[in-house]
Amino acid sequence: MVPLSWYLIFAAALFSIGMFGVLSRRNAVAILLGIELMLNSVNINLAAFWRYGDVHLMAGQVFAIIVFAVAAAEVAVGLALVISVYRSRRTVVADEIDMMKW
Amino acid sequence: MTGEQIVFLVVAFVTLFAGLMVVTTRNLVHAALWLVAALFGVAVTYVTLNANFLAVVQVVVYIGAIAILFIFAVMLTRRDMRDQGPQMNKNWWLGAVLAVLTFGGLYFLLQGWEGMTKTATSYPVGFDAISELGNALVSPAGYVLPFEVASVLLVAALVGAVYVAFNPRNGNSGK
Repeated sequence: MVPLSWYLIFAAALFSIGMFGVLSRRNAVAILLGIELMLNSVNINLAAFWRYGDVHLMAGQVFAIIVFAVAAAEVAVGLALVISVYRSRRTVVADEIDMMKW
Repeated sequence: MTGEQIVFLVVAFVTLFAGLMVVTTRNLVHAALWLVAALFGVAVTYVTLNANFLAVVQVVVYIGAIAILFIFAVMLTRRDMRDQGPQMNKNWWLGAVLAVLTFGGLYFLLQGWEGMTKTATSYPVGFDAISELGNALVSPAGYVLPFEVASVLLVAALVGAVYVAFNPRNGNSGK
């Protein structure tokens, strides 16, 4: 059986990759792609803790499902915002969306 | 090294490679397709953890809905961003340093934790995780309140998304 540490290190690596994407991409859609990777790595942790703890306590899986719902909501609102901004500013580059910057 | 460990390592490396391609590839449609590969890898990871329902939901919701939504958004907003100009902002090295530091910090924290080398107890025979999960989601003693809050959040997000993306000038034609 795989030790718990492998899952945790795998999830940490995936989280770091997603964070790199969020911090360094210019395109707003690509930033949302990075956020998806980060949410997935958190879900791996939740499922791993459920499996390696007491499998009769379903909190890990329940919370993973809540994260699914939140991810779906986040993507729907985020992409709607990106499309709305693109419609009015003709750009999806995060640096150029600066109308609220003072 | 057992078969499970080999499967895990192969899936983990494929997933991490796909994740790296998501954040580094220039063409955003390719990035979205690499995201599909990474999400499949995570679904296989759920299967190795005996979380079968999560694996199915991962494929249906993430790959079937969210990844396709991303591809739609890329196609609706691509203009001249695709192949010209830098895809990374000028502080990308700072992002890389922060990501490496985060990974190092998490790795260091995990090394100091005694639960790290824990191996799983054998999966109980005849344990029906899916019906347990269903009961936990709808029983008042379980997690019915977070479940309902999540559904209200989904409705609010969908209404908000439709409102934000709706174009009042051109009706719904989206010009």
